[in-house]
Amino acid sequence: MASRISIVVVSGSLERLQMAAMLASVGAVSGNEVTVFLSMNSLACFRRDAPAPAPEGAFGRLLVEKKAPGFKQLFQQAVELGEAKVHPCSMAVDVLGVSAAELEPWLGAPLGLTRFLADAEGAQTWTF
Amino acid sequence: MAEPIIIDARGSFCPGPLMELIARLKFGAVGEEFEVLSTDKGSASDIPEWIRKVGHELLGTREEGGVWHITLRKTK
Repeated sequence: MASRISIVVVSGSLERLQMAAMLASVGAVSGNEVTVFLSMNSLACFRRDAPAPAPEGAFGRLLVEKKAPGFKQLFQQAVELGEAKVHPCSMAVDVLGVSAAELEPWLGAPLGLTRFLADAEGAQTWTF
Repeated sequence: MAEPIIIDARGSFCPGPLMELIARLKFGAVGEEFEVLSTDKGSASDIPEWIRKVGHELLGTREEGGVWHITLRKTK
């Protein structure tokens, strides 16, 4: 049964970004309507020239060592194969002072909380 | 019957094999058969689950020497 999935990502840690990306990609390609909202520490990780995020613990180091699919690749597949929408938080864009051209090209337009909350109404909501 | 199209996702971790399959399926024709090769045990159960959910036809799953072979037919 398809449903709507809303994912809020605030962390810049590799493990959390990876889990959010896995959920978004598998959710999106399984017929769910997926919306991802990137704010706080996560947003800088979506600059085109961002360095790889730091692992939080031992598992994150294993992800790097074993070459798990990258979180950006998974989010991009969520968008391209599953029509997920990945939006930067408009507040985070302003605070970080980043332009759309500096962010990954597959991101959607910056989204405000009011709009995100309206979209998330009645959806499964996940926070990372 | 034509040979299935092989998607070699050995060495890739979840959800890598599933994503490789979906990316390839997009360009396939209805009725075509695909066979995913995966060394990731989680994907061996997750991919058939996805096939059932989305509605393609699962033709079989077997393991040979640590490699899972998941075959399916694209139905839409």
